Amino acid sequence: MKVPLSRIAHGRSGDKGDTSNIGIIALDERHYPVLLREVTVERVKQFFGDMVHGDVVRYELPNLGAVNFLLYEALGGGGTLSLRIDAQGKALSAALLRLEIEIGEQEL
Amino acid sequence: MIRIANGQGFWGDWLEAPVRLVEQGPIDYLVLDYLAEVTMSILQKQKLADSRLGYASDFPPLMARLAKQLRERGVRVVANAGGVNPVACAEEVRRLAPCLKVAVVLGDDIYSRIDDLLAHGHDLRNMDTGQPLSSIRDRIRSANVYTGAFSLAEALGTGADVIIAGRCTDTALTLAPMIHEFGWEEGDWDRLAAGTIAGHIIECGAQCTGGNCQVDWQAIPDMADIGYPIVEAEPDGSFAVTKHPGTGGRIDKHTIKEQLLYELGDPHNYMTPDCIADFTTVRLREEGNDRVRITGIRGTPRPATLKVSISYSWGWKAIGTLVYSWPDALAKAKTADQIVRSRLKQLGLSFEQIYTEYFGYNACHGPVAQVCAEPPEIQVRIGVRDMNRQSVERFTRELVPLVLSGPPTGTGYGEGRPAVREIIAYWPALVPREEISTAVEVVA
Repeated sequence: MKVPLSRIAHGRSGDKGDTSNIGIIALDERHYPVLLREVTVERVKQFFGDMVHGDVVRYELPNLGAVNFLLYEALGGGGTLSLRIDAQGKALSAALLRLEIEIGEQEL
Repeated sequence: MIRIANGQGFWGDWLEAPVRLVEQGPIDYLVLDYLAEVTMSILQKQKLADSRLGYASDFPPLMARLAKQLRERGVRVVANAGGVNPVACAEEVRRLAPCLKVAVVLGDDIYSRIDDLLAHGHDLRNMDTGQPLSSIRDRIRSANVYTGAFSLAEALGTGADVIIAGRCTDTALTLAPMIHEFGWEEGDWDRLAAGTIAGHIIECGAQCTGGNCQVDWQAIPDMADIGYPIVEAEPDGSFAVTKHPGTGGRIDKHTIKEQLLYELGDPHNYMTPDCIADFTTVRLREEGNDRVRITGIRGTPRPATLKVSISYSWGWKAIGTLVYSWPDALAKAKTADQIVRSRLKQLGLSFEQIYTEYFGYNACHGPVAQVCAEPPEIQVRIGVRDMNRQSVERFTRELVPLVLSGPPTGTGYGEGRPAVREIIAYWPALVPREEISTAVEVVA
């Protein structure tokens, strides 16, 4: 079945210059393998589309049941240079939680 | 065990938080983090205008307000409130609170040494773009090295009540009392990493105690009286994160995990001047009653270079807004944007960037925002940036006229023309550790 990522995860996002960091955390650590399977670099890159001009990198933190994404060149220059209202990408974790994922009913 | 509390996550954080931390329960150390990257350049500008300024001006009055209680309760303060003028900050604290002994850490400010460093073959290349610093040499506004916890610990060794640093790392503020109390040394990489991660967890104040937390946020108790974080540190490097009993907010594995991931890069290699910490070794255990215990942290030797935070004048920007009401709010806002762009073009003006977003439609989430077909109102927000100040000035005249000459129901122009602001940009670089030496001074 298809569910939004927010069904199984929460997150927090921040910045380092023009790089956005989005941490996605399984609400129940049981779902960490689902995060690894469903929330891939390719899907995240595709999801944000034009917003991200550089690479997307994913780091795994099995100890926290979490993955950390770095989205390069994603904040319109970042910091004081960015003309966006969310120049630090504080709201981007909430955006990514709308990603539709595939999960088996027995997995939920 | 020692208790280290963070009462300020940035300059501008809740003024009452540090007072409450001191008054509402036992703590041994109060750490206050005032500096963001852009703050240094603002402070540098203030110092150039008046040599007695250039530090976090909230800090000396706070020390005056707390002085008696700090002395009575034996609470010591570690803060990077010094900005680009730690000595002036310390003197002001002494003037307002003469009963406090104050020590400063110096050596992070390399603004006057830039040419010397360049002449000695240190390019200070931008870590993100690879450009050499010489390309912006005449536009530099401030240059500070992120210094570590050992010089802060040395300052604690003087017996001072208040330690004031300039641009030390945020995490060093929390790690320093552990080094001082437990006698940790260079080479104790696991323990230094543990203290560093403790610092990372509390450096943003209430952002680990229920602030900005996405999990059941509406059920988080009493955010008006949110408790700021306290680390209960043990000599072996394990620690618990908690808050004073009876305060608002929540501490559980969710709030701690969110903060662990905040502004994190490669979790295996969290670089600081003191060690490299590995976030994949963190083990969390909820102990109930707003307390999470953290064990297992591993670290590796500190890097050979230190990070430099340089700020420079990039150019100018202005951001203007207009509001349109239902019906057709979005269509009206888009038409306004087209008119502004068309008029700028007619004037022969071009910009390094012109960027439009629609507040109430796509400003926070851009192309992935959930679309609302007929919103009750939309704010169009147009921003430009350029090296040429005159072009940006001219742009600021082009929005308000649309209230009379553009689509219907335009409003929200009460602030008049938008302000032109200088863009002070950030230039991260590396410098070899040997080039930097710190010094501790007690300010009498």
